[in-house]
Amino acid sequence: MAVTTAGLARHFRLKKTLVEAVRGVDLDIGDGELVALLGPNGAGKSTLFRMLTTLLPPTSGSATVAGCDIVDNPDGVRARIGYVGQNNSAGENFRVRDELITQGRSHGMTRADATRRADAVLELLDLTDLAKRTPGTLSGGQRRRVDIAMGLVHRPRLLFLDEPSTGLDPHSRADIWDHILRLRAELAMTLVLSTHYLEEADRMAERVVIIDHGRIIADGTAARLKRDLAGDRLVFTVRGKAEAVHVKVPDAATALPRYLRKLAGEGAEVVTAQAIRPTLDDVFLALTGRSIQA
Amino acid sequence: MKFVRDTMTVFSREATPALRDPVGLVFAMGQPLLFLVLFGSLLGDSWQWFVPGILVMMCLFGPMGAGHSLLIELTGGSLERMLVTPLDRTAMLVGRTLKESITLLVQAVLIVALATTLGFEVHVAGVLVGLAVLIVFGIGLSSLSFVLAIKSQPSGSLFWIVTQTLMFPLILLSGVLLPMEHGPAWLRAAGSVNPISYIVDAQRVLFSGQIWNADVLYGTLTACAFAVVGLAVGTRVMRRGVA
Repeated sequence: MAVTTAGLARHFRLKKTLVEAVRGVDLDIGDGELVALLGPNGAGKSTLFRMLTTLLPPTSGSATVAGCDIVDNPDGVRARIGYVGQNNSAGENFRVRDELITQGRSHGMTRADATRRADAVLELLDLTDLAKRTPGTLSGGQRRRVDIAMGLVHRPRLLFLDEPSTGLDPHSRADIWDHILRLRAELAMTLVLSTHYLEEADRMAERVVIIDHGRIIADGTAARLKRDLAGDRLVFTVRGKAEAVHVKVPDAATALPRYLRKLAGEGAEVVTAQAIRPTLDDVFLALTGRSIQA
Repeated sequence: MKFVRDTMTVFSREATPALRDPVGLVFAMGQPLLFLVLFGSLLGDSWQWFVPGILVMMCLFGPMGAGHSLLIELTGGSLERMLVTPLDRTAMLVGRTLKESITLLVQAVLIVALATTLGFEVHVAGVLVGLAVLIVFGIGLSSLSFVLAIKSQPSGSLFWIVTQTLMFPLILLSGVLLPMEHGPAWLRAAGSVNPISYIVDAQRVLFSGQIWNADVLYGTLTACAFAVVGLAVGTRVMRRGVA
């Protein structure tokens, strides 16, 4: 098991009010999974990440990450995981390659080993030409690739990515995802990432964990969540009727022709017909009554 | 063993950009020399008194910059990334302060060398002990500056408020620039509770060639107290998580 948590919680005290950022999370992530934590801003995703990566001690509950307890053996966790935080991880005054070497040495490698690994991850993320540049001279997408390279220097089996594609233009986002998916295929890693982009979680992750107000409110494959919690819909407009007709169906693709025949048999003249597949936002809406984007 | 290796990792990270930019390095090193010549010359033939003072003043300015650089790394993600490695937390502080200390040491040697050509008399043993005391003090003050930077998150304004408020009273009340003896009684009383003035007194005695002296003892104890408190608080803050 890559990650196991039991009742993991973190509270903050902000100006005398208690903020329950994460409230009792039970989560199991198996080796080799690609899991997306999905939730609106402020849902507690980052706080959960910061606890799992030993940056923040939990208020209560426990967690084992890569076989080590996050409280009793944080160094064990740190040695075994890679972490790509929300902010850029290379220092502004430092050359990219220097920072990668420092990262390797921070994980106990000799300078020679760290240098070899730095060059290897530069190559892996198509950064070799940018090795001598400082982060300030790189584009947003390039900087993000540096961050990912930084998380891979010590060959972790488990990589955490906190909003890896946030703030990037669509082209760079697609590029980052190409790299992430290729890494996964080549290195057989467990990937745990957070995102508030619905379509990313939907398309890329094999498992989606939806978080809201510090709690897990849904967990499964995107297809199953959509089927169980939102479902397909058909929408018809019929001549002579101002209101559109909405019908919930198990499978829109096969239901649409059936409904069309049925409506024709009843003498209704169908003007428009749409089969609507749910998105993860519909799932979130069904669970919380709110849209995730709001 | 791991502590030493981790300290060296952090130290060489901090030192690399400076070594890659020799022009910037020359300017950074030249600054105190400029101060020595442009300000020290005003005081006439009092190098023996002025040189130790300017060294202590550098010891105050250096750590302020150290905290500032950490503040920048805190608001970015580079410190966070290093915290998710098994890097020893105390080594993260000591490695950084070591870089500050070595910069300080090189500057100090340059100042002493330049001052010697202007008529400053070097007592080798005293100067060596004096520099050692300054390094210990610098390590402590840098650590405290790091703690302040961490506690100032996320805006960083606390860091500026505290350093700007403290810096000038600390400098003026330590007798670095002008002797306190000529001041009114209340000013001298204020100076005597300023820990920096003990360091300054100790430096002046050491640079005059004396070592076994009560002033040296008090100054050394003050420097050690800064180091112990700074490193203890600093490590505690680092361990607790930088949130």
